[in-house]
Amino acid sequence: MTAEIQRRSSPGAPAGGTAARPAGDAGSHPRRFRPAWLLLLPFFGYLAVFFLLPTGAIVLSAFRSTDSESGVTSFTGSNVTGALHGVYLTSIENSIELSLISAAVGAVLGLLLAWAIVNSTSGLLGRLTSTAAAVLANFGGVPLAFLFVFTVGNSGVLTTLLDKHLGLGLGSDLHFNLYSIVGLEVVYLYFQIPMMILVITPALQGLRPQWQEAAASLGASRWQYWRHVAGPVLAPNVLGSVLLLFCTSFSAFATANALIGGTFPIIPIQIFSIFDGNVIAGQENLGAALSMIMIVVVVPLTLAYQLLQRRTTRWLR
Amino acid sequence: MVAVIPDVVLGATVPVGSGTRRGRGRWGRLVVLAIGAGYFLLPLLCAFWFSIDDRVHGRATFAAYSGIFTAQGVPAAFFMSLRLALAAIVITVALMVPTMLVLHLRVPAMRPVVETLCLMPLVIPPVALVIGIGQVISADWAQTGPVASFVESLQSGSTPWILAFSYVVLALPFTYRALDAGIRSIDAQTLVEAARGLGAGWGVVTVRVLLPALRTAVLNAAFLAFALAFGEYTLATFLQYTTFSVAIVKAGSAEGQLQTSLSIMSLLVTWVLLLLISLLGRSYRTSRRARS
Repeated sequence: MTAEIQRRSSPGAPAGGTAARPAGDAGSHPRRFRPAWLLLLPFFGYLAVFFLLPTGAIVLSAFRSTDSESGVTSFTGSNVTGALHGVYLTSIENSIELSLISAAVGAVLGLLLAWAIVNSTSGLLGRLTSTAAAVLANFGGVPLAFLFVFTVGNSGVLTTLLDKHLGLGLGSDLHFNLYSIVGLEVVYLYFQIPMMILVITPALQGLRPQWQEAAASLGASRWQYWRHVAGPVLAPNVLGSVLLLFCTSFSAFATANALIGGTFPIIPIQIFSIFDGNVIAGQENLGAALSMIMIVVVVPLTLAYQLLQRRTTRWLR
Repeated sequence: MVAVIPDVVLGATVPVGSGTRRGRGRWGRLVVLAIGAGYFLLPLLCAFWFSIDDRVHGRATFAAYSGIFTAQGVPAAFFMSLRLALAAIVITVALMVPTMLVLHLRVPAMRPVVETLCLMPLVIPPVALVIGIGQVISADWAQTGPVASFVESLQSGSTPWILAFSYVVLALPFTYRALDAGIRSIDAQTLVEAARGLGAGWGVVTVRVLLPALRTAVLNAAFLAFALAFGEYTLATFLQYTTFSVAIVKAGSAEGQLQTSLSIMSLLVTWVLLLLISLLGRSYRTSRRARS
């Protein structure tokens, strides 16, 4: 029916998705043949220039090096090997440790909090918490670092309070140093937990109350329901979320740099110090190699996350 | 950074509570909520306390907040970020609204391709992307001929366009989802068929039917692009532009009260922005429902 109308109003245009784009007013001009996907060219062009080109440049640059004496550029694997040794290897290991711990802890705490929120939110509270979580998870960056600096940093409010009233030194007695990997983990949780709440809430909302009622009417305890029904349904989603959180921590730069700055043994900051010119010239290729390693870590994990998500949505809708 | 935006913000209807709101486990939930609220509010409250604590006189002062716009370098950085964010909105809307409409209405077969491309900025860490951008703008071929002046004009001037263009890419995962959700929710195909059936051309359909119906979605996409561009730090600091976030860091720990007040303000403004999006979406949906 609709195809018929279209065909009648635009003679000569093939029916279906590849119909020629009618020019201006309906039916007054003879139509030139112009496939509609050509209208997507600006989009593809834009991404090619501002996204694919830089990404390609990383990979290319990671495998090239310029000889400082002769100025000859050649292909080599030495950048990647260099990025997997010494201080750079340490930074990769640190990044992985930081991301693993903050992802695991963030996932557990976020799941718990999401469960509490899902089951007790009124409309407004839900709106407030979910938007607040979106801000912290996506747009936190620099401000987050400073919230913590002035709470538990060297002259932070909590640090001073503890010292003054309880005689406790945050660093000396409680062995907490904000400007360390552990400190970074605590700060990262401030955006990891909200991220977990955001990604896991739809799954929790998808758990049908009927399943619990069915389990209960068959004599299952609450624990048995979680162990045999809700748990297995949620498991792929939770696992996927952990991967996502891992990638978030792994890629995060703003918070860490604002908190610690300079050279700190995690990858993004090492890349920054190379790019910032603190290291001998000719090391840009090393920076590119490190960037490529980051991409190589993040891409498969994100794909796995997508797959796991898709697997769960089959059940939870 | 990974783009995760809750459905309330994007305008999808979300079931509230899954019906298990019963007496059992209520205290457990309250305890968890209280601890969570404590963890998230404590740094905010401490930072706020720090920002208003006048150590010399031992009383509260709001000088750090009133002084934001007179602080060294802050207004310039603020307006640079503002210009960048507005530029990102304009580019995003000009690029993505036509693209998404063409995609949904004319070439749905291309949807998976475009979706994948839009979500790809998620898997490239900003740190890596900016290294790539640096490689491109310093490449030999970008330093000669007509390309050179183009590349130069992207970087100089009071608005570093290279940042604006890159922010559009970084915001794509957000803006794609916002526009996609919007177009799906209005049943664009039917609207177009109805309008076309009544003799409207594509131009009229777009301007008088689709855009008015999509105004909330376009507004969502614009706000999200704004939130991202305004607070972005990684690209700006790598390419050595003093944007708002960079200025906060540069203020230095000597200006602690300024840093905290700026941090709190920037979080609050973004939050209010998102809250506004979610409320806009709701009132729009309610009025639509009331009419139908």
